[in-house]
Amino acid sequence: MAKDLPPPYTALTRHEMMPRVTHDEAARFNFLTHFNRYLSGTIGAGNKLAYEKRVLPAFRAEHGRDPEHRYEVRDAMNRDAWHRMWSALKRNSMEMRQHFGRQVVLRQLDELDAMARQYNEHSGQLELDPAIEQPHYQTAVDIHCQPGGYHGEERPGDVTVGANYDVGLFATTGGALGGLNDGGGQAVVNWVKAERPDWSPKRILDIGCTIGHNAVPIAQAFPDAEVIAIDTAAASLRYGAARAAAMGVRNIRFVQASGEDLARWTDGHFDWVQTTMFLHELSTKAMPRILAEAHRVLAPGGLILHIEQPQYSDAMPLFEQFMRDWDAFNNNEPFWSAMHGQDLKQVMADAGFPQDAQFVAGVRAVVDPAIFPPSPDEGKEDYGRAAIWNAYGAWKPLAAETQVAA
Amino acid sequence: MSAPDAPLDWVELSGRRAKGRRPDYFDNPALDRLYSTVFALAAEVSALRERQDTIERLLDAKGTLSRADIEAYEPDRAAGEERGLATRAYVARIMRGFQQEVEALEASDPPIMDVVERLSRE
Repeated sequence: MAKDLPPPYTALTRHEMMPRVTHDEAARFNFLTHFNRYLSGTIGAGNKLAYEKRVLPAFRAEHGRDPEHRYEVRDAMNRDAWHRMWSALKRNSMEMRQHFGRQVVLRQLDELDAMARQYNEHSGQLELDPAIEQPHYQTAVDIHCQPGGYHGEERPGDVTVGANYDVGLFATTGGALGGLNDGGGQAVVNWVKAERPDWSPKRILDIGCTIGHNAVPIAQAFPDAEVIAIDTAAASLRYGAARAAAMGVRNIRFVQASGEDLARWTDGHFDWVQTTMFLHELSTKAMPRILAEAHRVLAPGGLILHIEQPQYSDAMPLFEQFMRDWDAFNNNEPFWSAMHGQDLKQVMADAGFPQDAQFVAGVRAVVDPAIFPPSPDEGKEDYGRAAIWNAYGAWKPLAAETQVAA
Repeated sequence: MSAPDAPLDWVELSGRRAKGRRPDYFDNPALDRLYSTVFALAAEVSALRERQDTIERLLDAKGTLSRADIEAYEPDRAAGEERGLATRAYVARIMRGFQQEVEALEASDPPIMDVVERLSRE
């Protein structure tokens, strides 16, 4: 595909669980991929121009100083006519993506539900626990403006939210996640294989897996490993487990569980604990609890890895922090801002991972370049959306190392 | 929530809003509503254009077509690029006002009266 054009929706891999789209449904998603690229690329620059040419000068005139926090930038920009128009466009694009996706899914929900039930009854790869409650940070608002969030149901036992998540990721990211929307998971695999070519983890835990699009590529890359993918949301797990089974990936199990309580697994049970674009959908109290549990169930010498958008720091300009915060306030990502403002290295250290065992690596989505264009680079960064991430991780020290360090 | 076997009205259900208060982007709520309608229409026009292109390509290739042909059509690489370029150009046409505002922000032209007065003098 030409570098400046997103691929057509029909380039997506249609596994058995993937909802079928009509000609025009695919065409609507095609419009959105172009529209999203246009908003972030061609006219996205208007935000910075508005800031530098009039918003910042007006702020200085009023306050006699520069903004000191991204929220001050936000308050000022939210009064700017251009930024308001641009935000309205982007919000509408997100809403259309949800509406279009739900039309696709809901009109064929009977078939999708029946197929998911069949896969899940036969595969044994789905384990639900009705006693698991949805945490408040998942129910306060519908994350991503996805009606029903990750957990809502149109009727008992349905797969609507999971299926809708899968069909629309393409439009939101302009195809940057590849044919199976698994470019993030593949990026993780590539990083691990380059870093430790001979490592063969046996037990892998993915926390907050939703539909498993980032956990399945790990299972595929390590066929001798057993992958446990957990989430609190049964509605996403039902779809995810059926999706994995439909793709013929058998060494992954989808288990309804909360990352805050991994008591069913003993200390040191897993060789690798993974989260992908998950930490920003928690809360300030939940994140350290989950990281402490992750530390407990991780074997000494094991890997913990979190894929996230870059953390904010004093080195990151306030304007960039403000732009990266857009989803927090306009796309129902209420922990995004606070999470990215934290010192993640310290949070990880508090959970038991010594600072000197930690690392940060840059990764970008791995996709088939013959079909999918590379994610827009820095120049056209879609703040917080580009398939370019940071991997925050640590190799958990062996017991002896910990003692020496202590 | 519906009962397990009750038929769903997918049209009605698909429009359900996401929980969480929606920001007001404009002082006049009518403008917020208008944006939603205009860009949904923009998506529909884009889909219509793509359908038209599919029909023309099928007729070119076979001289006849059925609805099933349209639904089954998948552009090959070259057709995908041609259609992608056409969509890009379409988006550029409907978004010109926004794009030119960005250009204007960059250019910071003086008011036209300034130019009128200057040319009347110089």
